[in-house]
Amino acid sequence: MVRIIGFFVGLGFCLVLAIAFFTGAYNQITNPPAETAEKEFHLHPKPLALESNGPFGKFDRAQLQRGFQVYKEVCSACHSLKFVAFRDLKDLGYSDAEVKAIADQWVIQQPSINPDTGEPATRKSVPADHFPAPFANEIAARAANNNALPPDLSLMTKAREGGAAYVHSLITGYRDQPAELLKKFPTAKTPKGLHYNPYFANLNIAMPPPLVSDGQVQYTDGTKPTVDQMGTDVAAFLTWTAEPKLERRHGIGVAAFIFLLVFSVLTYMSYQNIWASKKRELAHS
Amino acid sequence: MATVEHQQREEALAEEQGHRRRDFINIAAVSFAGVGAAAVVIPVISQMAPSADVLAEASTEVDLSAIQPGQAIKTIYRKQPLFVRHLTPKEIAEANAVPVSSLRDPQTLAERTKPGKAEWLITMGVCTHLGCVPLGAGEGENRGPFGGYFCPCHGSAYDTAARIRQGPAPRNLEVPDYVFRSDTKIEVGAKA
Amino acid sequence: MSFPWAQHYEPKHPFMRYLDERLPLPRLVYNAIGGGYPVPRNLNYFWNFGVLSGLALVLQILTGVILAMHYAANQTVAFQSVEHIMRDVNWGWMLRYMHANGASFFFIVIYIHIFRNLYYGSYKAPREMVWLLGLVIFLLMMATAFMGYVLPWGQMSFWGAKVITSLFGAIPVVGQSIQVWLLGGYAPDQAALNRFFSLHYLLPFVIAGVVILKIWALHIPGSSNPTGVEVKSESDTVPFHPYYTAKDGFGIGVFLLLYVVMVFFAPNYLGHPDNYIEANPLSTPALIVPEWYFWPFYAMLRAFTVDFILPAKLWGVLAMFGSIILMFFLTWIDRSPIRSTNYRPLYKPFFWIWIVDVLVLGYCGGSHAEEPYLMISQIATMYYFAHFLIILPIVSTIERPKPLPNSISESVLHGEEKESAPFGAGGVMPGTEPQPAE
Repeated sequence: MVRIIGFFVGLGFCLVLAIAFFTGAYNQITNPPAETAEKEFHLHPKPLALESNGPFGKFDRAQLQRGFQVYKEVCSACHSLKFVAFRDLKDLGYSDAEVKAIADQWVIQQPSINPDTGEPATRKSVPADHFPAPFANEIAARAANNNALPPDLSLMTKAREGGAAYVHSLITGYRDQPAELLKKFPTAKTPKGLHYNPYFANLNIAMPPPLVSDGQVQYTDGTKPTVDQMGTDVAAFLTWTAEPKLERRHGIGVAAFIFLLVFSVLTYMSYQNIWASKKRELAHS
Repeated sequence: MATVEHQQREEALAEEQGHRRRDFINIAAVSFAGVGAAAVVIPVISQMAPSADVLAEASTEVDLSAIQPGQAIKTIYRKQPLFVRHLTPKEIAEANAVPVSSLRDPQTLAERTKPGKAEWLITMGVCTHLGCVPLGAGEGENRGPFGGYFCPCHGSAYDTAARIRQGPAPRNLEVPDYVFRSDTKIEVGAKA
Repeated sequence: MSFPWAQHYEPKHPFMRYLDERLPLPRLVYNAIGGGYPVPRNLNYFWNFGVLSGLALVLQILTGVILAMHYAANQTVAFQSVEHIMRDVNWGWMLRYMHANGASFFFIVIYIHIFRNLYYGSYKAPREMVWLLGLVIFLLMMATAFMGYVLPWGQMSFWGAKVITSLFGAIPVVGQSIQVWLLGGYAPDQAALNRFFSLHYLLPFVIAGVVILKIWALHIPGSSNPTGVEVKSESDTVPFHPYYTAKDGFGIGVFLLLYVVMVFFAPNYLGHPDNYIEANPLSTPALIVPEWYFWPFYAMLRAFTVDFILPAKLWGVLAMFGSIILMFFLTWIDRSPIRSTNYRPLYKPFFWIWIVDVLVLGYCGGSHAEEPYLMISQIATMYYFAHFLIILPIVSTIERPKPLPNSISESVLHGEEKESAPFGAGGVMPGTEPQPAE
């Protein structure tokens, strides 16, 4: 009985799927999907070699500090970093006093309350504070940015396919719209106020090119601040903001792996030992 | 005959050695499992300890300029009440008049304040008995029989140096670490 | 229960004797996973996955209880509280990655366990109840995993919750009301998040309860084995301890080794980047996909694109749930008395096609809902249902199986232990292994 009911249920599903399949195939043939500029001109991020890559990867502290400088001088005007606290900067190799100074001198202040009147006010940051947002809320952020919302950067390298390589490719990948694209897709011209960038999913990004010339940020450690260098440094910095525990993770991972490798070998030997007598016994019988 | 016996003895010996080797490997495997399990206990326990953000909020700045002699304020340090009290000369004299040896937790006022700042009594507002907030810091609150603080939960009374004088509390109100950043500003939680 | 030659628990220490007379807990353990449980001697590594799934459940409950100490089920702070765990809580990053990857590993283990069951016919009498309880666990796991994925309140959490609860909207007449009732609102929000958290915390303990029932049911007929021939004499079995505890110890070592590689070196590989973006009810991600372990079912859901008598959406929902529900009837659909697929020459190729079919469905389920993936998943879904509902009943009636070994110990002596592995000895593809010379 179950098998008879099952047989007809199976036939029913197959019939509906067959109809769906042929309808789909017919549509595909009579009405093939149009090609789009996004599909044809979108580029995957260029590979980016960072010290933190790979199972033994560690951060390059000097690079993180340079990347932080780029964030501070370029990105922080529009992008928040809300999950990172000033105290976390100690990870980058800054001393307590330096962290305190960075927090104290941060251009944007922490929202606060006037202790006497209760009115909204601002105060200077302390190391325990998170990075203050450049805009009070989403509406303010959109109003100041041509109705686009600059996303928070704390998790950016984990929140995009391609991670740090995507960030690097995107901020160094601005260019003029190829003539070929316009010839093939005349309606796909980059709208006014947007900027062509082949690494962005729909090719037109609201963010203007953030790094426009070599030397835009003055490094103090002698590294030449080319656009590509600044892009790499800030991508490394954002790898750290997204995954500050990366080094710890790699270190403990290697230890745990070695421990479990030995454990597996030992348990395998123990397993073979315990079974050895049983196998002999059967062979003798 | 002898050789057969000899051979048998050798076989038995070899077997016993084999057994020992086997036992050793089994014990090693089980011990490794034990070590692994013990290692896992570390994160399981330490995850309950204060997290980095809680530890980072460990210092508070207090502005003393608005506190008149005889007044006290209640503020917050480590999510607990902190009493900051501006003692009057009379209160200081009262505190110093008490023979230290008669106290349950013998301490002088000088030991509980900073040198040259005897008028600033900074203590936690947490009764050392079972953790209630004693009265006496707020305007018009009952300061108890010794003019300091009085805990209404179980009747502990503290004097003007916040020392325990009567009731069940075992110790004086705790004095936290703090430093004077200026004459009118202290940072609680910082060590000198 | 168990075989007449099973060893009996004999407490040696006086205290154990005292305890045994009043609370025979050591006896229970001894008979369940100790020397008192005789197990076929020819089990291969596929039989490790029962214990491994138990381990995965324990890992999930342990890490989950810990995470719940730091997580806040409130839609305004849920995402922040996860970042708080990742950044500030001592070892929080490790515990969270263990929990997230633990879910994936739980499903990997369960899928191999189900593969073992299907290949070796473990669902057949007298073990039907073990299989049915296993399916109940599987359904509970899916519900738990889905609700757990909502908790971080990222973009995929939010839109996953929206899409999956919309499935219930396909039910005629009452569907919309059921969806609103499930969510406690018109879209996922505080009410939904909070109840998902509550149920996500509850269901694993329900699973643990069903696991106990399942082990109980398993111990009545005892474990199946790769030949599918029932245990006949004492020489067919060995006591669970130390023989299979030792083998499981090794299995646990390898499992943890792979787990550690994922947790520490690729913790986000199986996740989706969009879930590191906080939930935004006004913006849908470009590609909404569930976690990988739901992909085959998701492909079946999307394969139905045409209204035919019933709306396409309802067909998809029916097929998705039907694909699991039909498993409950497997014992009665497959009437072949032969358990192991090794001795079923006609069924064997169909079985492997079905395995490939499920992998193809998985691939399509993780891809964009566009051609050619839709057409491929339509064909694959067709085979999925045809395999169980049309091919299997027919094959099991007309098939002439290969001769079975007389007993387990005879099979072990022949070296059939290796023959009966699904890949043959040394990983040779099925069907190509040399036949025994007899």
